[in-house]
Amino acid sequence: MTNPDPISVFRTEAAELLEQIESGLLDLTRSLDDRDRIDAVFRGLHTLKGSGAMFGFDALAAFTHHCETAFDRVRKGDVPATHELVSAVLSAQDHMRALLETPNGDHDAMSAALLDGLHRAVNGAGSPVPAAVAAAPVAEAAGGLSEWRIRFSLPVNAMANGTNPLGLLDEMRDLGECRIVADTAKVPELSALEPRDIHISWDVTLKTERPRADIEDVFIFVMDDMELEITEVAVEHPAAEAKPAVTPIAKAVVVAERDAPAVQAANDSKQAKSAENVRVPAERLDEMMDRVGELVIAQSRLTQLAGTATDLGLRSVSEEIERLSGELRDTMMVLRMMPVASLFSRFRRLVHDLSRETGKEIELITEGESTEVDKTVIDRLADPLVHLVRNSIDHGLEKPEERIAAGKGAKGRVILSAHQTGGEVIITIKDDGRGINRERVRAKAEASGIIQPGATLSDQDLLQLIFQPGFSTAQAVTNLSGRGVGMDVVKKTVEALRGTIDIASKPGEGSVVALRIPLTLAIIEGLLVRVGQGCYVIPLSAVEECLELSLEDDLRSRGRSFISLRDSLVPFLRLRELFRTGTPPDPYQKVVVISTGSERVGLVVDQIIGDHQTVIKSMSKLHHDVDTFSGATILGDGSVALILDVTHLVAAGQQQEAQLRAAG
Amino acid sequence: MSEAVRKRDYDAIWGAEEDLSVLTFNLNGETFAIEAIVVQEILDLLPETRVPGSKPFVSSVINFRGKVIPLADIRLAFGMDATETTIDSRIVVIELDLGDEPTLIGIRTDKVNEVTTLPKVASEPPPSVGMRWRADYISCLVKRGGEFIIVPNLHAIFSSQKERPAQAPT
Repeated sequence: MTNPDPISVFRTEAAELLEQIESGLLDLTRSLDDRDRIDAVFRGLHTLKGSGAMFGFDALAAFTHHCETAFDRVRKGDVPATHELVSAVLSAQDHMRALLETPNGDHDAMSAALLDGLHRAVNGAGSPVPAAVAAAPVAEAAGGLSEWRIRFSLPVNAMANGTNPLGLLDEMRDLGECRIVADTAKVPELSALEPRDIHISWDVTLKTERPRADIEDVFIFVMDDMELEITEVAVEHPAAEAKPAVTPIAKAVVVAERDAPAVQAANDSKQAKSAENVRVPAERLDEMMDRVGELVIAQSRLTQLAGTATDLGLRSVSEEIERLSGELRDTMMVLRMMPVASLFSRFRRLVHDLSRETGKEIELITEGESTEVDKTVIDRLADPLVHLVRNSIDHGLEKPEERIAAGKGAKGRVILSAHQTGGEVIITIKDDGRGINRERVRAKAEASGIIQPGATLSDQDLLQLIFQPGFSTAQAVTNLSGRGVGMDVVKKTVEALRGTIDIASKPGEGSVVALRIPLTLAIIEGLLVRVGQGCYVIPLSAVEECLELSLEDDLRSRGRSFISLRDSLVPFLRLRELFRTGTPPDPYQKVVVISTGSERVGLVVDQIIGDHQTVIKSMSKLHHDVDTFSGATILGDGSVALILDVTHLVAAGQQQEAQLRAAG
Repeated sequence: MSEAVRKRDYDAIWGAEEDLSVLTFNLNGETFAIEAIVVQEILDLLPETRVPGSKPFVSSVINFRGKVIPLADIRLAFGMDATETTIDSRIVVIELDLGDEPTLIGIRTDKVNEVTTLPKVASEPPPSVGMRWRADYISCLVKRGGEFIIVPNLHAIFSSQKERPAQAPT
C-alpha cells in the first residue's frame, strides 16, 4: 500500500473546509450579525490560507488572504457584514475551488475581478482600496492602560493540532507589556514526558490599551478547547516592577516546539472530529461488499448442504457461520450508510443562488438529515434531486407579488425531508407554490402525442406524465431548467435504484414529490418460488401474503382472473403463462400477493420454496429489454435465479388483463 | 453496408498487424475465429437459466464464477439452426466493451478447435454480395486450407442485439 499523496489529502481537506465556509456563509445570510458564524468563516478561511501556502498552493493562499482580511474586518466590527459581502465571498469561494483544482491554470483575471467585487462589498461602491491595505490596525479610541490577568492552559495535545504556545505568547507581547509566568507544576518526570504534550499553564499580566476582545482574539483558534480566564486587574496602573518579560519556559516545551509539526492554525473542532473517522476509498468498500456478497451465497449453499446432512457437527458449524455472515453483512451495510445531510447540504447553496437568479424569496427547510442511506444511493440521487428542487423553484414557486396576491407569505418554501420506513427511505421535496397545472400537463401531453386526446387518466397517471421522455415544458424553459437532466432521467435514475416516485399536487397549495428508495442496493430479502422448472425470487418487501389458489378460483378464473381476498377483489397473474414455461401446472398452486404502491396483485406460482437472502447481480446490457426481471441471484446449488421486478410485472399483467377484457 | 464501412471494420480488426491470434471453433459445420485477446475462458456446459421474454439470441444466463452472464447463440445472428449439444459442446466466455462497459458474454459453440495465428495476407473483407449472412456481422474471411474461416464482428452483432427489439430469427 502506498502512502497517500499529501497534496491529495490537502485537497480533500480543503474541499471540506470550503464546504464548511460555504455553509457558514449561508448561515450568515440568515442572521448577518451572528458573531460565532463570522468567526467560524474567518477561521475556515485562515486555515485554508495557512495550509494552502504550506502545500504550495500559493495562488490559492494569496487569494484566500484577501477574503480572510475582509472577514477579519467584519469580525472586528470595522465593517458590517452585508449580503453583498457574503455573496462576494461565496463567489470568491467558488474561485478558490478552481484554484484548488488547477493551481497552475490562468486565474489572474478572475481573481482580480472577484477581489474588486470584494473590495466594493467591503468598502461600499467607489472606493477600491486594496484589501491588504484595508486591514490596517483598528484605531482604538478607548485609550488608557489597563492591566489584565490572563490565565490559560492548553489541551495536552494542542501541539499535535498545530498550536504553538510560543506564538500565543508572542501575540500577547505585541499587545503591550507582559509578564509571563509559566506554571510547571503539572510537568511529569522526564522519563514519563511525552515531548509533544503540553503540561504547562501560563499566568500572564498584560498592560495594554486594547480592549478585552483583542486579547480574546489571540486565542481565537484554540478557544474552544482551552481553559482561559481573563480578568481586569487595575486601570492606569503605574509602570510596574520590571521583572524579566519572559520567564524561562520549561525546556521541554522548547524542545517540543521544534518537534511539533509545522502546521499553522489548525481548526480545532474539525480535527477532533476527523480523528474518530477513517477515510476509506469507496472502491475498497465496494470490493469488500462483493466479497461479503459471495460469502452470503457460499453460506447459503453450506446451509443447504448441512440441511440434508446428518452430521450434527456440520450443522452447528453451519449455523454458526450463518449467524456470523449475517452479522458481517449487517455491519457491512452500516459501513456504506451515510446520512443524507451530505446530500441535502448542497441544496442550501443551490437555493441561495436560485433565489437571487429568479428574484423569488425562498426558504429551504431540511428535515431528517440524519437518516442514513447507502452511499451509492446518495451519489446517484444528487442530480435527480437537484433537478426536482430546481423544478419546484422554477415552476412551482411564484414570485413574491403573486404569492401575496394569492394570500400566502412572500417567502416561498421548499421542504426537503427524509425518513425511513421499513426497508425504504422516503425522500420528499415539497413546495408551497402554485401546484401542477393539470390542464397544461394534459394539453402538452396531447400535443406531443404522449396520450390520445381526451384519454381518461387517473390523477396520479396524469401527474406522472411529467416524467415521460419527450415531455418538454418548452414554454417554461429557463436557464434554470437547462442542466440536460430531464424529468424522465430523474425517473429512470430512481427506477434504476429500484425506487418509485409519487407525486401529489394541489392547485394553489403546492406539490409534493416523494421518492421511495430501498435502503440498500446490494442485498435483498426475497421469497424463492418455483414456476415450471425455474426458480424465481420475489422481493420480500413487496410480498403481502401467500395463499393457496383454490380449485374453485382456478376454474372460475378462466374467464376473469380475480381472487377475492377478505372481500376485495385482487387480480392475479399466472406466471406459468407469462413465462411460457410450457409445463402443466402443479396440482396445488399458490398465490403470492404483492403490492406495488396502491395496487395489489396476486402471482400464481407452482411452489413456494421459502425465504432467501439474495445478493443482487445485475443483468447484462443484452437483457436490458427484459423488464420482467430486475436482476439475478445465485442459489445455493450454483444455479441462477431471476429476481422479479414487481413494478414491471404488474404493469405487464395489467396489459394482459386489459387485452383479455378487450377480447371479451 | 457501404464499402467504406466494411473497409473500416476490416481495418479495425487488423490494424497494422500482419498476424491475428485467434481461437477457432465450429458452429453448424462452419469454422469461426474470435480474437484470442477477448477470450476469457472456455467452459464445459453449465446449468442454464432461461430468461422468459428475452430474445432467442440471448435466451438464458449462466453462473460464471459468481457472476451472472448472458449466454448467446451467435448461430441465430447468422440465421443458422440451433443444433443439439454434443459431448464437444463448450461455452466460450468473452469480454466485450458494450457502450463503454466491459461485458462478459458466454457464446455457445459446437466444438472448440485451437488457438492459432491467422495471416493478414490470406484475409479479405466480406464480399458485398453472394453471401447468406449479413455482411456487417463479419469482420473478414480468412482463407486456410480449402476453407474460409469466418471472423465475426462481435461488436456489430452484440450492439445490434442490444438496441434492436426482439426479432426472432427462426
